[in-house]
Amino acid sequence: MTQPLREPVGALHSRILGLGAARGDLNVTNDEIIEPINSSDEWIRQRTGIIERKRASANVTATDLAEQAGREAIEAAGITPDQIDLVIISTISAPNRTPSMAAVVADRLGANPAPAYDISAACAGYTYAIAQADSAIRSGLAHYVLVIGAEKLSDFIDPTDRSISFLLGDGAGAAVLGPSETPGVSKAVWGSDGSRHEVIRFTQTDNDFRNGVTDEVPTLRQEGPSVFRWAVWDMAKVAKQALAEAGITSDDLAAFIPHQGNIRITEEFAKQLGLPEHVVIARDIVHTGNTSAASIPLATHALLHEHPELHGGLALQIGFGAGLVYGAQVVVLP
Amino acid sequence: MALSKDEILAGLAELVNEETGIAAESVLLEKSFTDDLDIDSISMMTIVVNAEEKFDVKIPDDVVTSLKTVGDAVNFIVAAQA
Repeated sequence: MTQPLREPVGALHSRILGLGAARGDLNVTNDEIIEPINSSDEWIRQRTGIIERKRASANVTATDLAEQAGREAIEAAGITPDQIDLVIISTISAPNRTPSMAAVVADRLGANPAPAYDISAACAGYTYAIAQADSAIRSGLAHYVLVIGAEKLSDFIDPTDRSISFLLGDGAGAAVLGPSETPGVSKAVWGSDGSRHEVIRFTQTDNDFRNGVTDEVPTLRQEGPSVFRWAVWDMAKVAKQALAEAGITSDDLAAFIPHQGNIRITEEFAKQLGLPEHVVIARDIVHTGNTSAASIPLATHALLHEHPELHGGLALQIGFGAGLVYGAQVVVLP
Repeated sequence: MALSKDEILAGLAELVNEETGIAAESVLLEKSFTDDLDIDSISMMTIVVNAEEKFDVKIPDDVVTSLKTVGDAVNFIVAAQA
């Protein structure tokens, strides 16, 4: 008879133990970018809520930002880097296609030889990675997971583009998840709709640029109004499903932390959800800009700094972006 | 029962007023959403989604960009109701 295989036994629950944040070192105001888009500070504020965005200097990579955020998260979690046994980074702006940013960051932080990989789920990436981390801990695949959303989106902007470039910023947000005696991460409601891949896209492929088909470096574009409709009304349904999966209502929430894509999305989204007044809404975009996968952890980090009373409270987080992809879950704030 | 053109105009004017504060009386068929009423693309989309609900019609994204005037929107909704 074949010897039965031993299977891993995981923790009953997982939760976020600590957070870290790294923002680009340059503070870029609206006035600094309005000329090529023939715009104004007022126009940008009115349409996006952004007053300034953080961007990284030329010699700073997304990997550097990820390392900085990861180090803070490990320290905040009260563990040592060698206890990390899984590193997942969500990014669309790694300096190279391979090796993964996660392997490099794991080594820099002292988590070598933890398994490490990058995922590509754009602005939903952090919520995807949190879902994976939670599953890994509860299945026994890992004990302490470092999740990072890291982007240097300023590498992909066209200063003359009026669709998305002026929104974008650079940063990394990190979370360490570990075993918990009580539930700390609800089931993710996540999905994709690749039939709408052109709604947020690059202007051309890297290969077309390399092969001389075009002399323009690939940069990001979006169909703003289409994204707005999807991000508010379709995502409000996803957010409501996430609350139902978590077995709570919006009355139980302490915070609402949507992807920081545009303040108008956030405001209309909150309206559609009918959030009670006590729910604190993340508006980190105002001073950070849209940092894709990094935006939710960065916003969470800032929120906890501004509102320490939120520690231990429930936060609904939802990411949505290029793909199209989306992910939402309720987490207990560290 | 399908609403008349006047009823749709009145309903649309109400939605424009709710979203932007623009007086409903200013929302006339010949007015351009962008040039005359100064409605930005995000507010326009909010009005469209609310109009879909109010008039029980579908207004796809590619149609939204072709609705230049209030009359364009009213005519679309009239046809979509049929």
